[in-house]
Amino acid sequence: MKTILEAKNLNVIRGGSLLVDVPGLEIFEGETLSLIGPNGAGKTTLLQALCFLMKPSTGQILFRGQAVGAAQHVLEYRRRLAMVFQEPLLFDTTVFNNVASGLRIRGQGGAEFRRVVESQLERFGIAHLRDRSAKTLSGGEAQRTSLARAFAISPEILFLDEPFAALDPPTRESIVTDLEKVLAETKTTTLMATHDRNEALRLSDRIAVMEKGRIAQIDRPAVILNRPIDEFVASFVGTETILYGRIREKSRGTLAAVVNGTEIEAVGDALPGEEVILCIRPENVTLAMAGGDAATSARNTFTGRIERIVPMGLYQRVHLDCGFPLVAYVTSQSLEGMGLIEDLQVAASVKATAIHVIRQGRRPAGTH
Amino acid sequence: MDIILEGIRQAFILLFSLDPEVIGITWFSLKVSGTATFISLFIGMSIGTVVALTQFPGRHLVVSLINTGMALPPVVVGLFVTIFLWRNGPLGFLEILYTPAAMIIAQAIIATPIVMGISLAAMQQQPRKLRLQILALGATRIQMVWILIREARLPLLAAVMAGFGGVISEVGASIMVGGNIKGYTRVLTTATVMETSRGNFDIAIALSIILLLFAYLINLVLTYIQQRERPR
Repeated sequence: MKTILEAKNLNVIRGGSLLVDVPGLEIFEGETLSLIGPNGAGKTTLLQALCFLMKPSTGQILFRGQAVGAAQHVLEYRRRLAMVFQEPLLFDTTVFNNVASGLRIRGQGGAEFRRVVESQLERFGIAHLRDRSAKTLSGGEAQRTSLARAFAISPEILFLDEPFAALDPPTRESIVTDLEKVLAETKTTTLMATHDRNEALRLSDRIAVMEKGRIAQIDRPAVILNRPIDEFVASFVGTETILYGRIREKSRGTLAAVVNGTEIEAVGDALPGEEVILCIRPENVTLAMAGGDAATSARNTFTGRIERIVPMGLYQRVHLDCGFPLVAYVTSQSLEGMGLIEDLQVAASVKATAIHVIRQGRRPAGTH
Repeated sequence: MDIILEGIRQAFILLFSLDPEVIGITWFSLKVSGTATFISLFIGMSIGTVVALTQFPGRHLVVSLINTGMALPPVVVGLFVTIFLWRNGPLGFLEILYTPAAMIIAQAIIATPIVMGISLAAMQQQPRKLRLQILALGATRIQMVWILIREARLPLLAAVMAGFGGVISEVGASIMVGGNIKGYTRVLTTATVMETSRGNFDIAIALSIILLLFAYLINLVLTYIQQRERPR
């Protein structure tokens, strides 16, 4: 994979606080990389620093191997990028002129220029709005215009800063679908900041989870989801059950960890006596009636009491007390079929391979 | 009551018969105030834009001074312009006191802070992220400023209208530095003052109607600008 953009020792300090601290980051040509993290994690700041809209305090940004600001002029660098913000930030003119604005800034005109603008209007389904004033557009139409304006200059890297955060769910869905298609078609290198992990999972080749200005973990979506590097990443990507335990025994690749007196089997790498964090994703927990024959290959079966059932739309979140807290997702249908209610005793099972072990290192007992 | 009704009747006769004196005074007023506004547009808009788009120490002080300048009393301006242009004054050698040039200078001094203050507010009201978006579109700094000015064109038009409205209705400075010389430096406001003091209410009312008409047109445009929408 070819690196298109690289950040080295990048720090952004404003008002005495360190907003971004990224020792190294490589973006590969053609990939879609998402920056996810809570508000204030530094996603927007990192994005703006990478396109030189905010001057980094220290460090270097290399575009195709050349240092921006030194070997390469900032303006020239910016002219090879495009950025879409959460707000459409359209100009007070027609949709056509808005989409054309990036090209006009580059001094382009003529028949080829019109053809490019028209094709972007078509691509984002706003050709019928071409002569409309940007003031009269709906939120979705305005954001489509903003995306078309960005793509019109054929950017070598596209920066997206929470581009769908202000849209209602149906509009968001249709724009994400279109963007997905366009990205597959153009193979534009894309860097997107979002706090919506589902959006990131859907669009990204890689995900970087940010916390307090640092990149906590950067990897493929499946790895981030199933093998988070620490508690923060685990909870941010939707691991509902995070348990503290200690390894009692290690045998043939299986670990036996003790959590609150209960033994849990997991697959992973840790030493006996080591403190670990066990991560269990709610969709990997299956529920059965207590006492019944739990016909499953899972090694771990715990009996627990249903503490709380929270409806989540298509599925229900079931909080269990198995001597330790455990969260499972079940569909509303199976919830009814099994007659699950609060205070009922059920059997919860989890495959040992579905439990992710994070090593904490050796620590004396009772430090948690 | 008769005086008023008769005055209004006479005024309309003067207006509709296109009385040469009324038309002459109106035309001259437009020329002086228009030129003054034009000058204030260059100075006011450029300084207003620079102050709006940059950060520097003492910026708050500058902004408050500009806002104070928006309420500059015309007589004070008239006084100082007179002193400067007085035969023995620092600029006395120009010998332009009691000429249209002196009136244009005084009115430009009155209009400039008005245009500057409103331009500054208009440029500042644009979303801060819009500047980032323009730079991200590959604009140079000069292109960015041009695009921002184009985006603020209506509020900037409001600045021009407010500046023009300020000077066309101003009387203190015009009478002090112009002297209300018939056919030379007489404008709508100074003529109204004089005709009223002489008891010629008909012509005074005719001139006032023209002033009111200007005030109405200016406010019509301002209202339209205030009610408009901004794109997303």
